[in-house]
Amino acid sequence: MGSLQLKSIRKAYGSHEVLKGIDLEVKDGEFVIFVGPSGCGKSTLLRTIAGLEDATSGSVQIDGVEVGHVAPAKRGIAMVFQSYALYPHLTVKDNMGLGLKQAGKPKAEIEEKVGKAASMLSLDPYLARRPAELSGGQRQRVAIGRAIVREPKLFLFDEPLSNLDAALRVNTRLEIARLHRSLKATMIYVTHDQVEAMTLADKIVVLNAGQIEQIGSPMDLYNRPANVFVAGFIGSPQMNFIDGARLGDKTAKTIGIRPEHLGLSRESGDWKGKVVHVEHLGADTIVYLESEQVGLITVRLFGEHRYAPDDIVYATPMVGSMHRFGADDRVLA
Amino acid sequence: MQARHSIFRTGFVHAALIAYTLISLFPVFLTVINSFKDRNAIFRAPLSVPTPQTFSLIGYQTVLGQGDFATYFQNSFIVTIVAIALVLLFGAMAAFALSEYRFRGNTLMGLYLAIGIMIPIRLGTVAILQGMVAANLVNTLTALILVYTAQGLPLAVFILSEFMRTVSDDLKNAGRIDGLSEYSIFFRLVLPLIRPAMATVAVFTMIPIWNDLWFPLILAPAEATKTVTLGSQIFIGQFVTNWNAVLAALSLAILPVLVLYVIFSRQLIRGITAGAVK
Repeated sequence: MGSLQLKSIRKAYGSHEVLKGIDLEVKDGEFVIFVGPSGCGKSTLLRTIAGLEDATSGSVQIDGVEVGHVAPAKRGIAMVFQSYALYPHLTVKDNMGLGLKQAGKPKAEIEEKVGKAASMLSLDPYLARRPAELSGGQRQRVAIGRAIVREPKLFLFDEPLSNLDAALRVNTRLEIARLHRSLKATMIYVTHDQVEAMTLADKIVVLNAGQIEQIGSPMDLYNRPANVFVAGFIGSPQMNFIDGARLGDKTAKTIGIRPEHLGLSRESGDWKGKVVHVEHLGADTIVYLESEQVGLITVRLFGEHRYAPDDIVYATPMVGSMHRFGADDRVLA
Repeated sequence: MQARHSIFRTGFVHAALIAYTLISLFPVFLTVINSFKDRNAIFRAPLSVPTPQTFSLIGYQTVLGQGDFATYFQNSFIVTIVAIALVLLFGAMAAFALSEYRFRGNTLMGLYLAIGIMIPIRLGTVAILQGMVAANLVNTLTALILVYTAQGLPLAVFILSEFMRTVSDDLKNAGRIDGLSEYSIFFRLVLPLIRPAMATVAVFTMIPIWNDLWFPLILAPAEATKTVTLGSQIFIGQFVTNWNAVLAALSLAILPVLVLYVIFSRQLIRGITAGAVK
């Protein structure tokens, strides 16, 4: 109950192609996250799955049934929007129950399902209030509750945490993770925030310019990025990219190494450099150094370190931590 | 320095607004005070308020006794209310279609509907009259309602479509996912959210209709279909004008429009400022 299949989905506005042939399979119960920079087509793809936009070509199947011409309400999906999109003139209870009411479900059943969802999200005290009387976090919980009540085959989340402040974002993220575990439902989630993607997903789909760059588990993408784009997009601070020629590598055009995979020493090492700037974050220390051999690189050290600008240091990559990319920006085997 | 400057400025703004208010209200004030005076006093001292010597209700007695003013009021009410309702309904529907759906000729259609703001409907009076004669609608309130609906629609479509663009797409999409039809989305989600704009349109539509003399005179001059504005004209003769009655009738005609205005005005102020700061 809740698998999804996309086959060569294309979407064009006039001559402008937003989605350039997307193939994707989502298994029942998976938590899949679409991630990518703004304008990469991830929201359009989600809307196409929801039926709010029609694909120019290609097929969408939910549980093996073609839904290309099925209205959004009949697809067995529920969606949570970035702007909450609650009905301003209805109470929390009516907001959550409207979908079932439209489907003609009996009153008692609606009451029961709304009650269950409300207690799951600790919204019981607010059932009689209107959205205007709730805080941002509560509104987003109502929006999530509205989705739960429908018991959909697919949950669709469109950047649900972007409008919340940092502390609330973490809480709501945990809540969504907990929900996924307890409901065992299939969830598709769009975000541009890689931390959300890494922490929530079973499977991440990295999109760029209307195409899928790579699909994989968070650790797959981190450890084995398929190309330069994914390597740069996943991980923070960003991976260092070094010209292959500068390291004497004949086959690789670019060599990537993550900041946390570099060691730093004052005495000796592979690449000599001068510290340009240091960021002390408590748990980490981020050191930027300008090296003659490899240019400006970022080093992430765990714990506190007393480096200061203009110090001369040596950076050494850990064994086996280099990613080699060819002339087409794809990883070399 | 800054504070003094702004006090001066707000003072100036207030003075200008007060002056404008006085100028606007003066004719109304004059009408109302003179409607309570006898004929001689109206001519001898038109600017003075009624005194015990000059106070007289003769105008009101004439109006309520002679003309069939209850009918006239009723006609005015029916025409105004029904026309506003139709303008709001059709205007909002057209605005929704223009702002919500992408279709070929969308912009052109919007321009076509808005162009009516610039072309006065009275230019077409002869054709309208011929049409009404052909359709057997002369001397019916329906004729007036149809004309006023046409007259009010361009502005309504123009204002409402601008407001509808500000209603969040996510909200409408949430409705679609919850299984609301396009009609329910329009009536239950969008309309309540643009209520201030609807009130604005209602007031702008109502006042010209209530005050209009032209179309009632041409299309529905029969006794049974006279509106208040037309009805008051029976006291204006070629040689003798019964000013008491005219002024009393006009004073009475102000009241209903005032009531409607008060009903809409709360929403109206929100509507105007919302448009101004966006």
